[in-house]
Parts: sequence; C-alpha cells; structure tokens
Amino acid sequence: MVRSTDSFIPAGQGRAYGDSALNEKCILSTTSLNRMIMFDDVTGVLRCEAGVTIDEVLGVFVPRGWFIAVTPGTRFVSLGGAVASDVHGKNHHKVGSFSSCVIEFELLLATGELIRCSRKENAELFTATFGAMGLTGIVTTVVMRLEKVETAYIRQKTIKAENLAEVMQAFEATSDWTYSVAWIDCVAKGDEVGRSVLTIGEHAGINEVPQSVNAKPLSLKKKIKLNVPFHFPSFLLNSFTVKLFNKLYYWKSNQGDALVPYDSFFYPLDSILNWNRIYGKRGFTQYQCVIPMQNSEAALKELLQKIADSGLASFLAVLKLFGKQEGLLSFPTEGYTLALDFPMSSASLLLLDELDKIVKKYEGRLYLTKDVRMSADFFRSSYDADSIARFNTLRLNFDPEKKINSLQSQRLGI
Amino acid sequence: MSKVLLILGAKSDIGLAIAHEFSAQGFNLILAARDAVSLNVNKSDLEVRYRNTVDIVDFDVLDYTSHRPFYEALPCRPDVVASVIGYLGEQDKAQSDFEHAHKIIDTNYTGPVSILSCIAEDMAVRKSGALIAVSSVAGDRGRPSNYCYGSAKGGLSLFLEGLAARMSKFGVKVLDVKPGFVATRMTAEMDLPQALVVGPEVIAVDVYKAFFKGKNVVYSPWFWTYIMLIIRNIPKVIFNRLSL
Repeated sequence: MVRSTDSFIPAGQGRAYGDSALNEKCILSTTSLNRMIMFDDVTGVLRCEAGVTIDEVLGVFVPRGWFIAVTPGTRFVSLGGAVASDVHGKNHHKVGSFSSCVIEFELLLATGELIRCSRKENAELFTATFGAMGLTGIVTTVVMRLEKVETAYIRQKTIKAENLAEVMQAFEATSDWTYSVAWIDCVAKGDEVGRSVLTIGEHAGINEVPQSVNAKPLSLKKKIKLNVPFHFPSFLLNSFTVKLFNKLYYWKSNQGDALVPYDSFFYPLDSILNWNRIYGKRGFTQYQCVIPMQNSEAALKELLQKIADSGLASFLAVLKLFGKQEGLLSFPTEGYTLALDFPMSSASLLLLDELDKIVKKYEGRLYLTKDVRMSADFFRSSYDADSIARFNTLRLNFDPEKKINSLQSQRLGI
Repeated sequence: MSKVLLILGAKSDIGLAIAHEFSAQGFNLILAARDAVSLNVNKSDLEVRYRNTVDIVDFDVLDYTSHRPFYEALPCRPDVVASVIGYLGEQDKAQSDFEHAHKIIDTNYTGPVSILSCIAEDMAVRKSGALIAVSSVAGDRGRPSNYCYGSAKGGLSLFLEGLAARMSKFGVKVLDVKPGFVATRMTAEMDLPQALVVGPEVIAVDVYKAFFKGKNVVYSPWFWTYIMLIIRNIPKVIFNRLSL
C-alpha cells in the first residue's frame, strides 16, 4: 500500500479535531493492526500493534493492576495516534507526555521500509516522531511501560478558585500531586476572570478504599452509557445557556475529598457517546495553546478576557500546568495550557485569529492535534525554529518527496 | 480445568470474533486454518488478553482424507468445536462454470460434513461435547442472487438438524448458527443495507449465548428470525418477481 501510492497520511481512530489525519489521495488506517503481542507482568512492559486503543489496554490490564502511564482525556484513541500526537495527560507536570512511557516503536517509512526506533536505535527518528502527526511514517508497533496500581479508583480533591491568580497559586501549591486539571469558566469577567474548579488526584491505595470496594479493588461497576442521539439545534447553545451552565457547574462543585472510579476521573466525556452533537450540525473546533511559564498569567488574563467579551465561549474549557518537555514538534512546553471548544461559525474563526495574536505576543503555541485553521506563518513563528529545521532535515532523509503529507502539513508548510 | 474450543476456519472474521468471545469466557483454544502459521499473531493477542492457552494447527477443509488424521493429531480432544468455514463465491460464475459451483458446494457443505462427522463419532463415544457450525440465512430460501451458496448452506443446516437429533441421545449438543449480514472480508465488496449489518463480534456473543443455553438453531442478530420467517412465507408467485 505504502509503495503503491505517491501521497498518503496514516490515521488511527480519527479522534484528532483537525485535519492532521486527512489527505486528498490516501488515508492509511491502522484500525486492523489491533493485536497485542506480549506482556511482561513483572515489568509491566506491553508490546502491541499500534491500532490497539487505550480503551482496550485499560480493559485488559486494569483488572490485573496495571494502568496506562500517560493518558489523554479520551480512551478512544489508538496507541499509534497517541505517539503521533504525543498526547499529554493530567500528570504532565510530573512525568511528561506520552513519549515518556514509550520504550520503542516500529515505523513504516514512506519507502516501505520497516525500522525499529528507540532511544538507542534510530534515536533521532524516535524523538522526531512524537508530535509529528504521522509525517515521519506509520507507527505499526508500540512497546510501552504500564504503571502498577492497587485499585481502579482515584483519590480526588476538589479546590475552588475565585480567579486566575488563585487557580495558578493552587496549581503550584499542589504540584506534588500526580494528577491535576482545572475546569475554567471562560464566561466570567472582571475580577472573576479565571474562576475555576481545580481537581487533583492520586491512584488510591488498597488501604484508602472502603470495605465495599476492597473486596474487588480493580473492577468497576458497569455504567450506563449516555448517548446524544441527534444533532442539537444550534440555538440551544447560546451565551445565556453557556453562562447558566458555567455558573451552575461552579456552584454545584463540592470542595473537598472524594473517591472516584478512574473512568469518571480521566474520561468524563467518554461516558456520553456522540457528545459532540450538542454543538449541532456545524460542529465545533478546539483551540489549545500553551504559554511559557513566565508569560502565563498575563497571557491567560488577556485570552480569557477576550473570550469572555466575545460571548462565544463554550462550557468545555480546561486549564492545566505542563512540566518540562523535550521533542521537535511535540506540543507541550513548561507553562500553562488552555483548551477550549468553540461552536463552528465565522465569528468564532475571527475570534481565534485574535487569540492567535495574543498567543504569539506571549511566545506561546498551538496543539497540532486540535488545529484546523492556524496559518503557516503563525506555526513557523511559534514553534522552535531550530526544531523545525531539524525535523525538516530528518524528513528529507527519509521522505524527500514528502510522500507522507496531510491537509494540515500542506497548510502549515511542514 | 478450562474447556477447549476447536475453531475450524479460524482466520475468518467471525472465527476470530468467536475466538475472543470464548477466550473471554475462559476457554482454551485450538485455531485451525489453512496456512495456520499466519495465526501466530492472533495466538499471542489472545494469550496476552485472556491469559489462556492457544494452539494453532493446519487444516484444509477440502482435503477430506486428511480430516481423520488431523482430528487424531490434535493436542487434545476439544470439548466444543465451531466450524466457521464458508466461501461465498460468485453466483454468476457458478451458473456457467461448474468447477466454481463445485468449490462453493464443497467448501460450504461437503468439507464441513466430512470433518464434523469425524468429530461427531468421537463425541458420541465420549458422550460429551458440543458442535457449532455457521451456516447462513441464505440457506433458508433459494434466491436468484446466491442460490448456489445458499443451497450448500441450506444443505449444511439440514445436515446439522439431523445430526442434532441423532446426537441428542449421547448428550452432545449441535448448534446451527444462521448469521444475517455481517461486516467481514467476505461481504466487503457487497452493497448491503447498512441498517441491518452488524460486526462479527455481535455474532460471536450470540453464538456463545446460544451454545450456553443449549439451543439447536440461532439466527444472529435476533431480528433475522422474523425477517426469514417473512421471506420463507412469501408466496412463490410474488417471490419470483422480487429481485432478492
């Protein structure tokens, strides 16, 4: 297949928000590469084909006391996709991105050659592939380290913050917790800008769960999955309903400690199938930026003010602190990341151009996995110039004709 | 001790789905197919996921003389056998090319009859075991679009019905599985009404349930019971005018 086409892009589960897995000619799906190959139950090292999803890994290994060391906010992505996006989780500030738990992978190059990449073998290509959105080749096999857990539950603490300064303080004060993420109200204005609910968590130990759970600590009760059966009419989602939702969400959140099943902690939206339909037929776009630490507060204030003034914000807005990170096109970098949904409209797209200006001013950048509209100029000026150059040189070696390309890579001139 | 399921035609999509479902239910497996070595990756997949034991063996349904030695050489006597062998072929070609028609009949009927008979004799002696074979809703009525395939599957269903009746006195269960439209490699090129198409894993769950309940016939998914009830009862005058 790879040899017979002159242009293609690999694709996994199709969960990226933008055009990074789209190509006019050929999209090579990895969904049939879905077999597990080997698991070492002493070291927790799992080797499997790259089309296996995080959902499958959790389904097989949580009951045996193993958890995925870095997980994004949905379990419906493939491991190959997780490599290509170099996904991050609520524990980025502690352990880094998905690359941190990957030991090795096999990569099918544009030439049709299959090579092994690790920190020792083809190390440059190994590093470059994380966050490269599939442009270096098709990841066919992933070897990764799972993490030992005693229960399938998370010991969770919820902290309410009145404004941006408070939530940033709370993030820093709780930075020794493994998991942290904040829901942020991007309708709040003035003194209330940045009003948030911060959730932090740790895997619960066997002695931290009540007796009722203790007997079967690694299994969860089956939950009923909700479904959004049709596209909501778009007028349902307006500034009034969003404001109402955000107010209610903030007031209804209880401060304090709780013990929650891992799926509702990590994957709250996965329990509502087709949740995207609440945005109506036109859908939505996501915007996720990261701002370097020293500029974070000023930038976030400006961004949130702009969003609140526009009245276009939605209720799914998330703030998270990133730690240090290495890589070429990998998105995370030390600082705060803000992710939000906007219903698709021309007004939203104009607002995003405005937000780009703020992100650029504060030397931040956007997540390629969520992007469908950034300009080539903005990409080149926001990602590290040296890294882009190194990436291009490397790609030239393995795929000089840019046989592997996506609508996104064409748009961004990668 | 875990029970052992032998799957004949284990490379098929429904065969693999049955392998997953029975593994999840605690079975060890013997996967039999032509060129079985390519099933190695499925063996490791099943063993990693379910921590059971999976053996793979070569099997050719059209090589009748090999069937008895094949069965006798298995690593152990299986408690349950599932035959998932099928070949759709092309109806147009079968009409003018008897070789093609012959292959359709042999793969769907003669071959399964040969191997299932060998196994049934052993189970009758042991007075235990269960036989499962996948036929098709196409075997319920001869339709212009696939009557060669349909007649072979229909023949298999009648064979299974008789076998079930004979084996009942030995305590051996025989289950005839009649799937409707399933999204597999076999149907990949067909233009099917998507609302009626299910994944092979749906069939596998139904197979296990029907096996567990000791049924003799199961339509999968369930609504094909009613679709086929209607199709079987359409008067000939009307049936001949329909392009089914």
